[in-house]
Amino acid sequence: MEDLFFLQPEVVSTLVKGFFVSVKLIVPSAIFGCIIGVVVGALGVYGNSVIKKLASGYVLIFRGFPLVVQLFIWYFGLPYIGIYLSPFVAAVLGFSLCSGAYQSEYVRGAFLSVKTGQTMAAQALGFSRIKMVLFVTLPQAFRRALPGCGNEIIYLIKYSSLAYMITCIELTGEGKIIASDSFRYTETFMVIGAIYLLLTSVAAWLLHRLEYRLQLPGFEQYS
Amino acid sequence: MTDKTPTLRIENMTKRYGDKEVLKDASLSINKGELKVLIGPSGGGKSTFLQCINFLVKPDRGRIWLDGKEIIRARKKEIYEYRQKVGMIFQDFNLFDHLTALHNVKIALVRVKGMSRGEAKDRAILELDRVGLKSYMHQYPAELSGGQKQRVSIARALAMDPEIMLLDEPTSALDPELISEVLDVIKDVRSDGMTMIMSTHQIGFASEMADEFVFLEDGFIVETGPPEKILYKAQYARTREFCSKITELYGNSFS
Repeated sequence: MEDLFFLQPEVVSTLVKGFFVSVKLIVPSAIFGCIIGVVVGALGVYGNSVIKKLASGYVLIFRGFPLVVQLFIWYFGLPYIGIYLSPFVAAVLGFSLCSGAYQSEYVRGAFLSVKTGQTMAAQALGFSRIKMVLFVTLPQAFRRALPGCGNEIIYLIKYSSLAYMITCIELTGEGKIIASDSFRYTETFMVIGAIYLLLTSVAAWLLHRLEYRLQLPGFEQYS
Repeated sequence: MTDKTPTLRIENMTKRYGDKEVLKDASLSINKGELKVLIGPSGGGKSTFLQCINFLVKPDRGRIWLDGKEIIRARKKEIYEYRQKVGMIFQDFNLFDHLTALHNVKIALVRVKGMSRGEAKDRAILELDRVGLKSYMHQYPAELSGGQKQRVSIARALAMDPEIMLLDEPTSALDPELISEVLDVIKDVRSDGMTMIMSTHQIGFASEMADEFVFLEDGFIVETGPPEKILYKAQYARTREFCSKITELYGNSFS
């Protein structure tokens, strides 16, 4: 890179633009994904038999369809029934629903790991089912699910690179434009890859911090 | 007893799991301030009976009255209110693992009874002090011994001001040297006049304190009576056989 291609202002500003689009995709998708995961995971454990079936049906579909296909359906398919989503909204919707399906399985496992005796104790004290979940099992399940959920967030950061397939031009999309304009595929995607690596590293560090902060006696993740 | 309405009356409680009937037409009535002790072999239905009493296990049949008022199981709100009046102590403590001793006692006061945080905290500290654990209030369950955990769980139940307490083998999961600290607390609660139904194998302790023994086997209440009668002059051979074995194992207070 003796000609300092990647220091040219227009290249840098394009990459920065793409970077921020990616972050804008990732952050809400991660948050919605976690919320969906907690709700669906809880329903999959504490719901009645119909709700449990609905929860597992949701997981089956959104984990089973390839993500690109899901994005195509939201962006290219919905207009057929009169619903027009912007590329950004379609991407966030697709990522959230897919991520939520994976998250819900981590959360479900964590709910199941809370000893049944504690749910009995809560009920014996007069807790309603919803209060029992909110105040007794969720705080414990959340701590146990965190490593798995973090894993999913890291994964989400990388699959956000699919958004350009539905014309939401984020980091990978901008990279593709730069690469095809300059024919510098190798360098461009090395740089793009390094930026994703940076993002995932920051996310991993933040998740570690969170795990550490939520650590309690009896819930140790680190020895 | 001048008050003729029993605190708790249970009639024809029946529970089956598949083909196996684990509780058969169990009836029991207990007056204010009484302690009834369920004895009998493991798997005889003691736990199921206690758990059916506050609907942690849904009985197939059976009616319950608290202070003369029948509890209608279909009304969820009524069940939640009823359970607040029926404290439960479990064999394996079942403290909430993510909360300190203080918050274990406090949480239901705030979330179920709707007490203010300050008021709930004061009450929780009072109850922890009563079981001798005030100085442990900031410890998590993982940092407490079995005996301490059980004492916290007793404080947690007492804080709700229950009318009756159900104790399901409260000392069975404890190391021998930790049993007495829990029994002492139970004795204290008992001498304050708490109405209790307890299942236990601590026959010596139970015979000192119980008004009545209830011998339960194969889901069936075989016989009931004052401790001395059940232990030494039981009507049925099966009761006698069980009692002689258990007194041999756990000792008794009459000899």
